[in-house]
Amino acid sequence: MNPIRHEIYKRRGNKNIAIASVMVAFILIIFSVTIVKISGGGSMQAYDHSLRPELIEASENSE
Amino acid sequence: MDRTLTLEENGNTESQVGDYISLMKFRVMRLAVFTAAVGLITAPIYVHPVIALASLVCIAVGAGAAGALNMWWDSDIDLIMERTKDRPIPSGRVNKEEALTFGIILSFFSVIMLGLFSNYLSAGLLAFTIVFYVVIYSMFLKRLTPQNIVIGGAAGAFPPMIGWAVATNGISVESILMFALIFFWTPPHFWALCLLTKDDYNKAAVPMLTETHGEIVTRRQILTYSYILVIVSLLLSFTSIGGYLYFCLCIVTNFIFLRYAHNLVKVASSESLLKKKAEKKLFLFSILYLFLHFGTLLLEKVLNVFGMSPIMIPWF
Repeated sequence: MNPIRHEIYKRRGNKNIAIASVMVAFILIIFSVTIVKISGGGSMQAYDHSLRPELIEASENSE
Repeated sequence: MDRTLTLEENGNTESQVGDYISLMKFRVMRLAVFTAAVGLITAPIYVHPVIALASLVCIAVGAGAAGALNMWWDSDIDLIMERTKDRPIPSGRVNKEEALTFGIILSFFSVIMLGLFSNYLSAGLLAFTIVFYVVIYSMFLKRLTPQNIVIGGAAGAFPPMIGWAVATNGISVESILMFALIFFWTPPHFWALCLLTKDDYNKAAVPMLTETHGEIVTRRQILTYSYILVIVSLLLSFTSIGGYLYFCLCIVTNFIFLRYAHNLVKVASSESLLKKKAEKKLFLFSILYLFLHFGTLLLEKVLNVFGMSPIMIPWF
């Protein structure tokens, strides 16, 4: 391949990788912030049709 | 010997990832992130590390966006000045429209995300900083008045205030004094650089104080602002974020800073080599000065968290 064309494709490829990395980082930030905001910093557990002590304690505390 | 020509030598200007990083003025961005992080960490309210990190990313992107917009507006004078002629726009690697779009998108993006991640006060301050830097400083002050960097310096002084607002959702004496520290540090720092590179600004017809009022006035102004800087830094040591360690650092660094500033005035009529030496000394020390001051505020907080630093009784 023409070395000039090769260099152009290489630079464009690097830019595409950079954009992909930025998007992945952005998704990770949004996901992490969402978890922190919803859980208020604590761990999150959803109700999955079986009662666990943490869920009972949590509901007692809220009352 | 036959040699393959590089892309630039062939007249092709395909941009690289690094061009977009330099478009965001990476060095300025680093300073903004560091001071914002100090403002955020020294604040009395705990911020979850994830929220803190996400907010700092937004501040970094906002600072970078302002840098890109500044380069877009100043590309004509950047082409003339030796120090800036290799920047992405004057060198042709990134075109003006690209830089403008890049800057605008990142500005909106960083402000909106900061508002969602932390609070609207910090987002508002970030938006104001970007507008101040691009519109008030770059578009008006820079080419209009020799006091351009004094007022424009406010843009660089906002990051610790934004960091503080992320944590507290407010503005207080501490954040105002951190702002003032950078604000009054900027003139001595930047005018020392101007004295070193004054031919550059002359070529670009930027009304820097060194050109409009001469070297002697500039040196005196540096000394005046250095004294104000000393007062501000001492005041900061008596607030809730200061302490004995910071106070001791203030005494030592301010003494050296004033000594260099006085020396700058003293050598005004000396030979060129001596003057350059004095200018370089003050310029380089000013970088260390700001790093040490914010670094020590951070250290005071860490020591305080571990109960190792008796914080001075606040005056306010």
